[in-house]
Amino acid sequence: MEKHILLRDLDVPNIRDLAVYSQHEGYAAWKKAVTGMKPDEVITVVKDSGLRGRGGAGFPAGVKWSFIPKDVFPKYVTVNCDESEPGTFKDHHLIRHNPHQVIEGTALCAYAIGANVAYIYCRGEFREPAYELQKAIDDAYAAGLLGKNLFGSNYSLDIYVHLGAGAYICGEESALLESLEGKIGQPRLKPPFPAVSGLYSKPTVINNVETLANVPPIVLNGSAWYKQWGTEKSPGVKLFSVCGHVKNPGNYELPLGKYSIQELLEMAGGSMTGRPIKAVLPAGSSSPIIPASNFHAKLDYEAMAAIGSVLGSCSWIFMDDSVDMVWAARKMIRFFKHESCGKCTPCREGTHWALSVYDKLLSGKGTIEDVNLIGEVNKQIIGKCFCPLGEFATSSMTFTLKHFKQDYVDFIDQKKGGSDVYLKELARDHHLHELHSGVVSVNGIKVH
Amino acid sequence: MLKDKYKDRIAAIFAKYPPERKRSAVMPLLDIAQEEYGYCTEEAMREVAELCGIDPTEVKSVVGFYTMYYEKKVGKYVIDVCDDLPCVLRGADKFVNYCEQKLGIKAGETTPDGKITLNVVMCLAACDRAPMCQVNTAYHYDLTPDKFDKLVIELKKG
Ligand SMILES: Cc1cc2nc3c(=O)[nH]c(=O)nc-3n(C[C@H](O)[C@H](O)[C@H](O)COP(=O)(O)O)c2cc1C
Ligand code: SF4
Ligand code: FES
Repeated sequence: MEKHILLRDLDVPNIRDLAVYSQHEGYAAWKKAVTGMKPDEVITVVKDSGLRGRGGAGFPAGVKWSFIPKDVFPKYVTVNCDESEPGTFKDHHLIRHNPHQVIEGTALCAYAIGANVAYIYCRGEFREPAYELQKAIDDAYAAGLLGKNLFGSNYSLDIYVHLGAGAYICGEESALLESLEGKIGQPRLKPPFPAVSGLYSKPTVINNVETLANVPPIVLNGSAWYKQWGTEKSPGVKLFSVCGHVKNPGNYELPLGKYSIQELLEMAGGSMTGRPIKAVLPAGSSSPIIPASNFHAKLDYEAMAAIGSVLGSCSWIFMDDSVDMVWAARKMIRFFKHESCGKCTPCREGTHWALSVYDKLLSGKGTIEDVNLIGEVNKQIIGKCFCPLGEFATSSMTFTLKHFKQDYVDFIDQKKGGSDVYLKELARDHHLHELHSGVVSVNGIKVH
Repeated sequence: MLKDKYKDRIAAIFAKYPPERKRSAVMPLLDIAQEEYGYCTEEAMREVAELCGIDPTEVKSVVGFYTMYYEKKVGKYVIDVCDDLPCVLRGADKFVNYCEQKLGIKAGETTPDGKITLNVVMCLAACDRAPMCQVNTAYHYDLTPDKFDKLVIELKKG
């Protein structure tokens, strides 16, 4: 692409500064909306652009905004900057290098739904970038772009940054709201959906950082302009966080549906190790793994679904043929066991049991019965969980078994378990678990 | 007492939330408490509870739930090295081995002088710059043994 729409810092040095951002059409959409557009007109242009949520689920943003009732006050916007899916680092990039576009998009969303307060919820580990984001917000206030009676209108808006404190589940929108209300981050029962009863039981829009960063150029240039990129069902541009065994890991901004997985791999410089790439996780640990034989698929929501995977949060973890899928799956299960919020039994206990089976395999004591047991444990989780995290946890097991069963068979037959490297990894995890047990608690109850 | 020492900061925090939603301030207040005392002491949790108008047990459950709140004393500097899947593909496991060896402690432990705690953590959203770590709030990228040595010298000084 000639010019970036989101990663504008790659084209314009220091666009993170308000002065530079302003020189490059910064806050032009904001001014245009508040001084010349009705809130509904903003919703319409975003709806017409076909912009879909970039946090994972891909729900159309404008449609979500239109669900907000007009006659209930107050309403809220909460921005999801919890970015904790392994392999994802696009929102981190945006708030550090192009913060004003995120702020402007948040403001436009608030104006469109009639909210006067927005909270940007950043994962707790984003303390450093959150301070920078706060500075950008302060600058916007000082320039009269946020605050009371904006551009002489009777519309006022406050934007606050709120920090979490380390919990992947707080990226799930209802857990995020619980956390923002000062509680432990456990998901809520849905319905009611946040549009009806969200933050403080009021109508609330929750959008991902990247979703909102798309909004200012859409409002400024119109929906037809935005639709020149992407496909009919997946319009626009998307950020791809690429990591793992590639030469040039980083964020890539691409039109949806134009390139294939193979082309993405080549853009990122190909294999870092020189060994052939064996598979990729397209949306972090929670996504169905894609074997290299499917790398012809195009990068959009529909094409990913057609090969049995997802576009999701778009965190592309490439792995070469040295990676043993038994090991990789264990690493992912470890993540989900750690991040299970503990609210429901299938997820809390299921991830615990799954990890113990993988630990046994890695330690060299596993048998083919244990491999079969994985499928059984999986069945006890799938479809039985309170929120999608439990389901996410099963992906690594289901799809490594589906596409790389041979890795499991070889693991047993060739007695790969029990190597020094694996034993060291297990010992480290167990040592940490012991140190933390009695400290780690779920819902205030100590778990071991 | 936090409420005297950090009067203005606390007032600014409460101003962000509706007056009848003081509980929303519990995490930002715990951040102050942890900054002040190094970890979430019983006393601090009681203070935060009082400020927010909730039970100390409710504060305690928040402290227990989120990984960034410490319930025990930790080193002045906490080095969180990411050893999640993407980082390990780029050498984070060997890097953690090096850190343990250099500091003479295992992940999860604190150096005898109380200066440095070494931890391994899940993805920190910087997988393109692995091996990476966070020291308290600051990100450190593209780490090598050499860079780590220099970092440790700095931390031991401070
Ligand atoms: C376990 C779990 C973790 C999630 N983590 C995130 C996250 O870190 N960031 C995010 O934007 N959305 C995350 N989501 C999706 C949100 O629930 C929600 O769909 C999204 O924030 C909506 O914004 P969007 O429509 O702009 O994508 C997560 C969902 C689940 C189930
Ligand atoms: S599925 Fe897991 S993360 Fe979701 S509510 Fe149940 S225990 Fe919590
Ligand atoms: S896996 Fe280490 S920062 Fe993401």
